Amino acid sequence: MSALLAIVRRDLLIAMRRKSEVLTALFFFIIVVSLFPLGIGPEPALLKKIAPGILWVAALLSTMLSLNRLFATDHADGTLEQLVLSPTPLGLLVAGKIMAHWLTSGLPLVLLAPVLGLQFDLEPSALGVLVGALLLGTPLLSLIGSIGAALTLGVRGGGVLLSLLVLPLYIPALIFGAGAVEAHISGLGASGHLSLLAALLALAAFFAPWATTAALRISLE
Amino acid sequence: MNNRFINWFRFASPQSFYPLAGKMIPWFWGLTAIFGVVGLWISFFVAPTDAVQGEGYRIIFIHVPASWMSMFIYLVMAAWAGLGLALNTRLSGMMAQALAPTGALMAFISLWTGAFWGKPMWGTWWVWDARLTSELILFFLYIGFIALQAAIDDARRADKAGAILALVGVVNVPIIYFSVKWWNTLHQGASVSVMKSPSMAQTMLWGMLIMALCFWMYSIAVALMRVRAIILERETHTEWVKELPEVKQ
Repeated sequence: MSALLAIVRRDLLIAMRRKSEVLTALFFFIIVVSLFPLGIGPEPALLKKIAPGILWVAALLSTMLSLNRLFATDHADGTLEQLVLSPTPLGLLVAGKIMAHWLTSGLPLVLLAPVLGLQFDLEPSALGVLVGALLLGTPLLSLIGSIGAALTLGVRGGGVLLSLLVLPLYIPALIFGAGAVEAHISGLGASGHLSLLAALLALAAFFAPWATTAALRISLE
Repeated sequence: MNNRFINWFRFASPQSFYPLAGKMIPWFWGLTAIFGVVGLWISFFVAPTDAVQGEGYRIIFIHVPASWMSMFIYLVMAAWAGLGLALNTRLSGMMAQALAPTGALMAFISLWTGAFWGKPMWGTWWVWDARLTSELILFFLYIGFIALQAAIDDARRADKAGAILALVGVVNVPIIYFSVKWWNTLHQGASVSVMKSPSMAQTMLWGMLIMALCFWMYSIAVALMRVRAIILERETHTEWVKELPEVKQ
């Protein structure tokens, strides 16, 4: 357990020392969200209707952007080999890295989303559901994304390939995440969607570190 | 019992599988041709004209078998991939790699013929129906698998990475299917259903089943041809490949 916390602490420290990487993904999120009204038009009713979808798609893309650095820098300087060779189970260390990735790329999105939601005229209760859905959904994105990041480690054209592999797998998260807010707005209640998101999160939390570990071992063979 | 196991594993080696595949290919092509001729004959001349949809419905004799095969091939591909990971056999990875393009082709045919069918029947090329959307996502999964294998130069590593992706995909396919289904009902209420026709005429069903067999045999034949090419490509350095009459020429 202490190894897991040590990995989280280390990755957070590295992220703090290189703030620009975290901030770039965050500003990417803001810019993508702001582009939609410019492309679609300033009509408030329409924007209000599509706001959950836009915020979620932007969160997906922004997570994609930061997935590359999950293992790539450690792979480049040889830290990853040391992690694989260490006596601690690799799955635990991988879980720590995923946790740190969520803290640096997922959590800021969750905190920022209500502010952007205000721009789209979402009501306070809808903003609450949006935050809840993102809180359940963004760890899921980090978990699934880590499998793709491990598979494309050191591969030609890794970044584009990563999006091709991971985005189709993100579709359930997108559907239930954006669906929760829409269901709440239309008065159906969001609990069903949120429960399904939580179920997916539980499933991924169990399987994803394991699959990532297998993929990392293959990449480092 | 023991002997039989040894015999099975004998064909796990590319060297002994290569001639076996060569012998099987003509048989599967023959079956493809027989089922194809019978199936097309039933679907064009025997099956009655549909009361509601007219002659245009006959495209389902291509469309439905292609959709079935696209899903089935993904399962077979993942099974080969899992086998390759578990037993570390070289041939399994090659089989998975050989099946992927055929699966992608089937998914593409299914989408394309679906659009042709949708235009006269629904008046639109595309609707965001649950079946259509999940078929599209299945097509993306195939493309991702092919792209990952193409991007990795080391063949063994490509096989294993592809195997993990295929297994992750197989866990996700039902999740994606149901999420798309619920998303669809949330958005549109009662949507157009592909299988709305209450009872299908017996001959139509037979035509569809025989065409499905034709597609199945075709997929096996093409996958075997492709796996032979992959074996030759990967085993160029070995003696037995150099000794082959078709290589010597």
